[in-house]
Amino acid sequence: MTIEKPVGRQTEKLTTGTQAVAQAVKLADVDVTAAYPIRPYDGVMQAVAKLIADGELDCEFIVAEGEHSQFEICKHASAVGSRVFVGSSGVGWMYAMESLCVTPSLRLPVVAMIGNRALDDPGAFGVEHNDAMAVRDLGWLLFWVEDAQECFDATLMAYRVGEDPRVSLPVGLGVDGAFITHSQTLIKIPDQETVNEFLPPYDLGDRLLHPDNPISIAPQANEDWVMEIRKQTDAAARRVKDVIREAHADFRRLFGRGGDNPFFEEYMTEDAEYVLFGMGSLGLPAKVMVRRLRERGEKVGFVRLKWFRPFPAEELAESLGRFRAVGVIDRDYSYGSPQQGGVLFTDLRAALYDAERRPRIVNFIGGLGGRELTPEMMDEMADLTKRAGRGEDVPAVSWIGVRE
Amino acid sequence: MPERAEGGGRAVSSAGSSVEGRSSTEVREEAKSVEFTYRGIFQKTLAANLCKHVVMAARKRDWLGSTIQRYSDSPERNGVPAKQFAVIAPDEVRLQAHMAKYEPNELDVITALDDTLCDGVESWAYYGRQPINLRLRRGGTLLVISHRSAEELLRVIPRKDWEWTLAILPGTPSMGGLWVYRDDGTDMRVLGAIARVRPDIIELDEVRSVVESDDQLGEKHLGALQDGYESVQIHRIAPGQGKEDDYEPVRLPGWRELREGIIVEAVKPGERNPHYKTSSDRTMRPVVNFDTCIKCRQCWIDCPDECFEVTEEGLHPINYEYCTGCGICSQVCPVEDCIVMVNDLEFIDEGDRDVYEMWKQDPEAYHRWREEKIARGRIEHHGYYNTDTWAWAGGRQAESPVE
Repeated sequence: MTIEKPVGRQTEKLTTGTQAVAQAVKLADVDVTAAYPIRPYDGVMQAVAKLIADGELDCEFIVAEGEHSQFEICKHASAVGSRVFVGSSGVGWMYAMESLCVTPSLRLPVVAMIGNRALDDPGAFGVEHNDAMAVRDLGWLLFWVEDAQECFDATLMAYRVGEDPRVSLPVGLGVDGAFITHSQTLIKIPDQETVNEFLPPYDLGDRLLHPDNPISIAPQANEDWVMEIRKQTDAAARRVKDVIREAHADFRRLFGRGGDNPFFEEYMTEDAEYVLFGMGSLGLPAKVMVRRLRERGEKVGFVRLKWFRPFPAEELAESLGRFRAVGVIDRDYSYGSPQQGGVLFTDLRAALYDAERRPRIVNFIGGLGGRELTPEMMDEMADLTKRAGRGEDVPAVSWIGVRE
Repeated sequence: MPERAEGGGRAVSSAGSSVEGRSSTEVREEAKSVEFTYRGIFQKTLAANLCKHVVMAARKRDWLGSTIQRYSDSPERNGVPAKQFAVIAPDEVRLQAHMAKYEPNELDVITALDDTLCDGVESWAYYGRQPINLRLRRGGTLLVISHRSAEELLRVIPRKDWEWTLAILPGTPSMGGLWVYRDDGTDMRVLGAIARVRPDIIELDEVRSVVESDDQLGEKHLGALQDGYESVQIHRIAPGQGKEDDYEPVRLPGWRELREGIIVEAVKPGERNPHYKTSSDRTMRPVVNFDTCIKCRQCWIDCPDECFEVTEEGLHPINYEYCTGCGICSQVCPVEDCIVMVNDLEFIDEGDRDVYEMWKQDPEAYHRWREEKIARGRIEHHGYYNTDTWAWAGGRQAESPVE
């Protein structure tokens, strides 16, 4: 990512994705964190613990006895006015599911790093996006990062957007296991003053749970209440996109990063006939492939989705309508779904159903369980997408890199 | 016979300075990859420090860099071979081609931080025991920390059909920087050695400049850096020199071949899994005195890997293919010197072969063999790694592993 013209001083640091998240946690001055180890999330737990031990961050570090407690602790701390940070991976995240589903209803802006990991069995450590996607219908906002720099940036964005009084919803950061969590790159870290300008203090207002403000949160209620409660959360979820736009504009102004579009990144799409579309670290090999194909004269581009929830349907319909075909890469799968394909693919098709100009949309399932997605695989996907755009008979869903 | 380079400060030109018709400038501007193969837990801090310093040194000439920890259980498992990589490139475009990967396809330098890794590593399951120099780039450098000679090491390092460089930095495996083990300067010595052998990757002045700009580091680090630069021995290895390369990549089945429900065949009681041998975890091995054994079975009971067999006469030969060298048997054995731990590189000729038959056929010869191994390579449990702090600064080597 290029530095445009940041305000204030930025320092360079060699960090993993998890260490980058921890640096943002420090600058966001988080008050409470709860931890329970599971790879690849555990790197952030260690990095935050070290910041506290070294006296760089004043934060309560609570070691939970499991992920369910871990997320409950943070949810409650958030209700009493603490800025919290939490996270997990794969089946650890799933073990917290009861806590995950209650948090959005209570409108508590917990920020969680999900070190994306394949769900068990067979217990692979590698990345798959189905873990974080399990909360996609529950009111969590979900952002997928591409690299360590975006880990840092998106963590600050998560607090800014999630804690905005118009939103007040939890935010999950999808961070691909291994490729982002376990590799170090050079990142730019802004100074505290500029971060403070971007991120106001956490303020729950009259929803703060405190003896001076006697309230009771989440009394049991039935069918005569639930529709209204859900409608309220929906209204908040519908306000998120505008808040993201504002936050993104401030982010670019202050830190000089983030690109033109708050919701997705377009790479070499200007005159493209067809594009690949995906989320997370696969952006790196995809960009390598696009550059190589461009050298051969192919009119190909790549679109990387950043915010998966809220899903920027109108913005994508407008942008993707320019192309003849879109090849969606899913590092996840939805068994028995409408086209027997990936989650992202299914969502994108739904988003473009009413669009005036609809490109052909094909789907690639690849990189499951952390298998590498190579530029050569991307090449194959690009070729299939191009052929789909020319009206050739291409399967709607193709598994790439699976041993027959 | 590998020739030994003269000592002193003469830099050796890049091994890949003109490759397949490309100019030396083109080759120099390519991304470079350096691997550090190490023992899990014990050396993970050391490997991480080394990777970081390679990137920071490259940064001094405005290159970018990335480090990649080979994603597996190994960094957190005692003694299990593990890897970390540093990739440096002149710009982001060239660096990106090496990111979102588990490991680089080709390595300019592979560094073995423990010479017992030279006879192959199985750092994660299902890939088999891989040669230490499997992904070495044509003409690349294998750097080993060792007190052994090139001839000895080449008896376990597989050959290549092109020329490559074996660099030996005199020393013993270090746990420098790991929790209770003080920094012993090994990272600086290794960086000095790389700067000497491969100045196209990092130059000595670049590393010096990193050290000087870090207020945690000082004169003694610069001394260790200079020592590594001066004491590394450089050997040109001719095509065909080294052990026969018998590595066969493991064939993985397709989805139609797998049994449904994630089921694999298990071994019957008394059998061992032919696909999952663990001997590359080993830095030392137990040798047994079958004549003083009192047949108490304590070793057989306590061995966590069930390496001990039972013979008709009640003795316990060891299946070394499954022995990780943990040393528990030698600790629980109640008879003095009945089970003694010995450095694993003393067994280049024997490999993992069973030695019980040797004792059966000629106990006298067996005892002579055993005594000689113990005299040369006896290890007091894991004291092996704990080399004396800063024995290196000032260009002097420690004489032998400190017990």
